[in-house]
Amino acid sequence: MQNMEVTKDLFGPAEADAEEREKISRPTRSGFQDGWIRLKQNKGSVVALAILLVLVALAFAGPAVARYDYYTTDYGAIFQAPGPAHWFGTDKFGRDEWSRVWYGTRISLLIAVVAAGLDLLVGVTYGSVSALLGGRVDAVMQRIVEVLIGIPNLIIVILLMMVMPAGIGTLIIAMSISGWVNMARLVRAEILKLKNQEFVLAARLLGTSNREIIMKHLIPNTVGVIVINTMFTIPSAIFTEAFLSFIGIGLQEPKASLGVLINSGFQVINSHAYLLFVPAVVIVLIMVCFSILGDGLRDAFDPQMRI
Amino acid sequence: MSLLEVRDLHISLQTYDNVVQAVRGVSFSLEPKDTLAIVGESGSGKSITVKGIMKLLPKTGRIDAGRVIFDGRDVTEYSERQMRRLNGSEISMIFQDPMTSLNPTMTVGKQIMEVLREHEKMSAQDRKARAVELLRLVGIAYPEKRFGQYPHQFSGGMRQRVVIAIALACNPKVLVADEPTTALDVTIQAQILDLLKSLQRKINTSIILITHNLGVVANIANKVAVMYGGQIVESGTVDEIFYEAQHPYTLGLLASIPRVDDDSGSLKTIPGTPPDLIDPPVGCPFAPRCDRAMKICRLLRPEHTRISGTHCSACWLQHPYARQAAGKEET
Amino acid sequence: MKKYILKRIVYLFVTLLVIMTATFFLMHSLPGTPFDEDKISSLSPAQQQQIYASYGLDQPVYIQYFKYLGNVFQGDFGTSTLYSGQPVKSILASRIVPSALVGIQAVLVGLAVGLVLGVVAAYKHNTPLDYLTMIVSVLGISVPNFVVAALLQYLFGLKWGLLPVAYWESYASSVLPSLALSFGVVAQIARFVRTEMLTVLQQDYILMAKAKGLSPAKILMRHALRNSMLPVLTILGAITVNVLTGSLAVESIYSVPGIGSLFVDTIKANDYSTILGLTVFYSAFYVVVILIIDVLYCVIDPRIRLAPAKE
Repeated sequence: MQNMEVTKDLFGPAEADAEEREKISRPTRSGFQDGWIRLKQNKGSVVALAILLVLVALAFAGPAVARYDYYTTDYGAIFQAPGPAHWFGTDKFGRDEWSRVWYGTRISLLIAVVAAGLDLLVGVTYGSVSALLGGRVDAVMQRIVEVLIGIPNLIIVILLMMVMPAGIGTLIIAMSISGWVNMARLVRAEILKLKNQEFVLAARLLGTSNREIIMKHLIPNTVGVIVINTMFTIPSAIFTEAFLSFIGIGLQEPKASLGVLINSGFQVINSHAYLLFVPAVVIVLIMVCFSILGDGLRDAFDPQMRI
Repeated sequence: MSLLEVRDLHISLQTYDNVVQAVRGVSFSLEPKDTLAIVGESGSGKSITVKGIMKLLPKTGRIDAGRVIFDGRDVTEYSERQMRRLNGSEISMIFQDPMTSLNPTMTVGKQIMEVLREHEKMSAQDRKARAVELLRLVGIAYPEKRFGQYPHQFSGGMRQRVVIAIALACNPKVLVADEPTTALDVTIQAQILDLLKSLQRKINTSIILITHNLGVVANIANKVAVMYGGQIVESGTVDEIFYEAQHPYTLGLLASIPRVDDDSGSLKTIPGTPPDLIDPPVGCPFAPRCDRAMKICRLLRPEHTRISGTHCSACWLQHPYARQAAGKEET
Repeated sequence: MKKYILKRIVYLFVTLLVIMTATFFLMHSLPGTPFDEDKISSLSPAQQQQIYASYGLDQPVYIQYFKYLGNVFQGDFGTSTLYSGQPVKSILASRIVPSALVGIQAVLVGLAVGLVLGVVAAYKHNTPLDYLTMIVSVLGISVPNFVVAALLQYLFGLKWGLLPVAYWESYASSVLPSLALSFGVVAQIARFVRTEMLTVLQQDYILMAKAKGLSPAKILMRHALRNSMLPVLTILGAITVNVLTGSLAVESIYSVPGIGSLFVDTIKANDYSTILGLTVFYSAFYVVVILIIDVLYCVIDPRIRLAPAKE
C-alpha cells in the first residue's frame, strides 16, 4: 500500500479545504428512506405484501372470471367437489364456491378496512386532542379511556350487534365503537413523548408557531405509529367479523363473508370438508400476511415500538 | 516482558449494509502497575479495542488481524472457554454506565459472589465475607446491610463502586475501565477516580482507562495513548503527552481543555468531524481537520516515529523532509 | 402502593358500573320481548301481563335499572328465560367448572410451551430453530381460534378418531378444546418472550456477566431468564382476553357445557337476564385479572416502582 515514493515536494502545505472538514462522506438518507430500504430487505414482508396484493386482486376480479355468481342456487348441482366446472366446488344450495369465496373475501376486507379507517379517524383525533390540549381536558379524556380500556372489546361488539339490525354497517360501527381506544392511547403517548423532545423544544425556542410545530414535527413523527397500528387493526377486524359470523351473530346467509363461509363449511365438516378448508385457507393467508407485513413495518420504521 | 501486549490489532463491525473498520492497526503495551489512558473522541475505536482484547465484541464484531499477548500467553487464538477463565479473574472490566451494568433483579451481594464462585475455590461463607469486605474496600457504608439490597436502591456513584468491587473481586492483573466516570455527576467522577487510584496501590493491578476526557488523565495515568479514526496517533508518558505533544490532534485536544486562567471567553474546538470508518481515508485520518496538513498527509498513512524511548507520534511532521521544509521557511 | 391499588379498585368499580349500565339500557332498547312471539301472543292480555310482571318487565325502565343494580350487588342476576326460570346465578355456577378446566389447561400448556419456545428462539437467534418458532407464533397469532378448533376436530375426531369431539363426558373431552385455545397462547407468549429476551441479551449487565467469565448457559439461567420472563406478566391480560373470547367459539364447537357456549346460546335466544349476567361476569373477571396482574408486577420486580419516574 505504502509503495509510493516519498518526495520532498509532497511536504508542501496542502490547501485547506473548509468544506472537506465538515464533509459527510455518505449520502444522507431520511428516516423514511432508511425504513423503506430495511423493509425491502425483509423478504418475508415483501412476500407477504405480494400475496396480499394477489388476494385483493382475486377478491375483486375473482367473481368476474367465474361463470357463476355468488348467489344463484342450482339444486341440480349441490355439494359438487372442486373440479373444472366449479373450481372450489359448490355448497349445499349448489352455489359456486369460487365466486362466494372471493366475494366473501371482498366483503371481509371491506368491513375490516372501513372499520380500521374509522378507528384511525376517531382514535387519532381523540388522542391528539387529548395530548395537545393537555391539562384538565386531557385528564378527563384519559379517565374516560381508562374506564373504556377495562371493558373487553368483544362484549361491547356482541351487545351492539344484538341491538342493531344485522348487516355490514352494523358490524363496522360496532367494531369501531370499541376499537378506537387503543389508537387514541398510542397517539397520545407518542405526541406527549415528542412534545418533550429536544427538537420540538428547539423549534419552539426558534419561535415556530404551534400550528407549524404540529404540522411539521408532531404529525410526521406520529405517522409511523399510526400506520403500524392500522396494520394490526385490519387483521383484528377481519378476525372479529369472521368470529361473529361464525358464532351466528354477524352476517347471515345468503350474504357471504369469510366468517359466514367458514361457518357453513363447518356445518358439513363430516362430508364436505373442502367447504371449510377453502375459506379457512384464505382467512389464514390474509391474517398471516398482515401480521408479517405489520411486523416488518414496525421493525423497519420504528425499532423501539415492540409489544 | 510486558504484562499485556497488543500488536497491530484490526477489528471490523458489520452494520446492516456496511462494514465499519473500527480499529485499524492498534499496538501498545502495558507493564505491571502501569495505568494507561486511551484517549479519543466517540467513535475513535478505543472501546472496541479493549472489548476486542477481552473478546467481548458484539456478534457483529470481528478481529481481522493482530495479536494479543497477555502475561506471556498468546490469547489471540484462545477459545471462548479459555477466555472465560481469564475474564473476571485475571483481566476484568468496569463499564461506562453503572445504571445499566448491574442486573436489576439480583442483589448486589449475589452479583459480587457470582464472580468469586466462578473463579475462586471458596466456601459460601468465605464468599459472603469476601463480598462484604469488597464492599467496604470500595467505600460503601454499612456493607452488611447493603449486601442484600438491589441495584435500584443505590445511587449512580454507589453502583459504580459495586461494579468496581465486582471487577476487583479476584485481584485481576489488568483492570479495564471503559469510561468509568462519564455517566456520573462531576463531583462523583473525582471520587471514583481517586478510589481507582488508591485501590490500584493496594492490590497492585494495572489499569487501562478509556476516556474521552483528557482532563481526567493527568492525575491517574502514567502513560497515554491518543486514538483517532481507529488508530493510535500519539503515545507517551503522561508528561510527554501533556508538555511535549507533537501530533496536531493531541495539541488540539489539549487546547480544548477548558482552563480557569483562560479569559478569552470562548472554548477552543477542533473544527470538523471525525472520518467515516466505513470508507476510511487512505492518508492520515486527521488530515482533513489538520491546520498543518501537507500534500502527503492525504496520500499516505504516516508511520509511527519515535521521538524518545517512550514517545511516539504518527505524523508526517516528524519526517526529516518536513523538518527541512519547516526550517527553510523560518530562515 | 396502597394508594395505587385503591385507585385501581375505584376504577374497577366505575368500569363495572359503566358496563352494567350500558348493557342494561342496550338490552332494553331491543325490539321485541325475550319470549317466543308466537306463544306469547296466543295468551290473553292478562296472562301476558302476569308473565311480564313476574319478570319485572312491567315497571318503568329506570326502576328496573336500579332494581337490577341492587340485585347485582347482592349477587342476584335474575332468572333466565331460555332455561325456563332458573336463576342465572345457578346456571352460571353449574357452567363454571368445565370452562375453568378448559381455560386453565389452555393457559398452563400455553405458558409452558410458549416460554420454552421463546427462550430457545432468542437464544438460538437467526437459526432454523428460531425461524420455526417464529412461524409457529405468526400462525398462532393469525389463525383464528375457531379455525384451529375446526381443524383439530376434523383431524383428531373425524379422520383419526382419537379424541371425543362433540360431547362432554370425561376428562378426554377437555383435551381438544384446551389444545385449540392454547395454540394462540403459545404463540403470544413465545413471541413476547423471544423479543423480550433478545432485548435483555443486549443489556449492559449481560456484557458485564460475560466480562465476569460466565458461560453462556449461566448467563442465560441467572441473568437473562428472570429478566425476560417477568414482563410476561404484562401480557397475561391480553392472554386472558384471548382465552375468554376464544372460549365462546371453541366451547360451542366442542359442545363444552361451559360459560362460553352458554353465552352464545343465550345471545341467539335473546335471553336478556342471562346475557346481562354473563356480561357483568366476564367484565368483572377481566378487570379483576388485570388488577391482580398489575399489582403482582409491582410486587415482584424491584425495578418497577410506582413513583413517576420509571427507572
